[in-house]
Amino acid sequence: MRPDIEQQLTLHVDLTVRVLTAFIREEVEKAGFRDVVLGLSGGIDSALVAFLAARALGPERVHGVLMPYRTSSPNSLADARKVVEALGVHALTVDITAPVDAYFAQMDALLGEPASLLRRGNRMARERMATLFDLSAHYRALVLGTSNKTELLLGYGTQFGDLASALNPIGDLYKCQVRQLAAALGVPESILSKPPSADLWQDQTDERELGFTYDEADEVLFQLVDLRLSPAELLDKGYNPTLIQTVVRRIRLNQYKRRTPVIAKLSSRTVGVDFRYLRDWGS
Amino acid sequence: MPADWRMAMAQLRPALGDVEQNVAKHLEYIEQARALGAQLVVFPELGLTGYQVQDLVLEVARSLDAPEIRRITEASRDIDVLFSFVEESPDHRFYITAVYAHGGFVVHRHRKVYLPTYGMFDEARDFAAGRSFRAFDAGHGSVGMMICEDAWHVSSAYLLALGGARVIFVPAASPARSVTDQNQFGSQTFWRQLLHVYARLFGCYMVFVNRTGFEDGISFFGGSCIASPDGHWVSEAPVLEEALVTADLDLGAVRRARFTTPILRDERTDVVLQELTRIVQMEADRGHAPVRGLEER
Repeated sequence: MRPDIEQQLTLHVDLTVRVLTAFIREEVEKAGFRDVVLGLSGGIDSALVAFLAARALGPERVHGVLMPYRTSSPNSLADARKVVEALGVHALTVDITAPVDAYFAQMDALLGEPASLLRRGNRMARERMATLFDLSAHYRALVLGTSNKTELLLGYGTQFGDLASALNPIGDLYKCQVRQLAAALGVPESILSKPPSADLWQDQTDERELGFTYDEADEVLFQLVDLRLSPAELLDKGYNPTLIQTVVRRIRLNQYKRRTPVIAKLSSRTVGVDFRYLRDWGS
Repeated sequence: MPADWRMAMAQLRPALGDVEQNVAKHLEYIEQARALGAQLVVFPELGLTGYQVQDLVLEVARSLDAPEIRRITEASRDIDVLFSFVEESPDHRFYITAVYAHGGFVVHRHRKVYLPTYGMFDEARDFAAGRSFRAFDAGHGSVGMMICEDAWHVSSAYLLALGGARVIFVPAASPARSVTDQNQFGSQTFWRQLLHVYARLFGCYMVFVNRTGFEDGISFFGGSCIASPDGHWVSEAPVLEEALVTADLDLGAVRRARFTTPILRDERTDVVLQELTRIVQMEADRGHAPVRGLEER
């Protein structure tokens, strides 16, 4: 990463943590909740959110849910446990193998063909989402999201799966900023140093699947999105054309994942169009 | 000057943010209009960019001498073309602009003056506002342009008509809303009333060209139409679908209407100016005067 860009992506840790912990506290309490619930995958994003939540609310108000599938890496589960132990938050392990396998046993028979890895991965992400929202009702706890800005922009997530939540404290942090903050807050070393993975199938890593590293993506994304440089201007600066093209394309094609469903306008006041209130209005 | 003026209303559906594709579509419609014997083809507001461009403004904005704009302007050698796009000024202000091209040149540019920023609209967030309504001559006598919301301010049509316009063009991107038990959108009903009243009050033709298609669930109703000075509907395009509809304007109707009902002739612009000057002064005074009761606190 070019030093000037790296510098611009560097956060003041204390100030950032103050905003994010205040955000969690205020938004949770405003919504009439005391507790939060989140999935702990063993990865850096959910670890950071857990650390922020524990700092914001105290560990006794944080429920971490570990939701392995039978092919999930044992290291993922071990790393998730390290987060639980480091923070002293409540933990529940829910194996999603039985419901996911039962679903595909039926669907594969109905459709006459085995589901693709993509469908299986999406279903796992949605099974986890459904579990978290069920536990939200059980614990009376708000669901925290763990998608970072890089993933949101690239659309590297499952719609109504891991992209679904009530509050997302890290949605405006690029992956490199997640790393910076996670290290500063004391997220365990094994989590900081391993290659990021959605762990939806064996040996999956994000960077292999995306075709570029997160640092490469962040460097381009920051300039496209935050600085509003055009792709042509980035080409002039000497960035890899394929990288630029892929990133630009992904941002565009995945815009739908970042929006609520489109409503057909008929009346003079349409939800989301000209019926406009903040969510705060309802709390 | 020919007595009749054949024009085509190009009620198209622009692709959001895809200038290249929209230019191609404009050129196709221009070609078809020419084949239909039209002397002018009128496109809707922001036909080259789509309406809700939001953060695409930086990508889709073009200066008047940009290659895409020149391609359309050059297509106006044997048919006039009225089209609209996001115009970028040399000092990087972004306008919703309509251009009238004739004989291969831009003969007039109108920058939208009234940018709706209420309800579902957010134009003033991204765009700068134009500051004039000027009639101009493009070979059929004096005409004028106003863009969509401009027409919802009575003064726009008033100024153009007094400035000499006998035909007023209204390129629009008007959403279909307020569906009731009537076979017409609420927004459409209001437009038709407006156009009808202007045509009769000012003794001019009103040419309304609206786009169609959806943008994130918001549909634009189309329903382009032309009202004559004597209050007839000369031509009406269908709603909710793309269309290229031609109409013949009898400019003699303007002459007859302005003799029969000479409202424009009798207009007391001196009284209007005197009263407007007073009102403007009153508003300025009000703005600067201390609010009674506040001082004592």
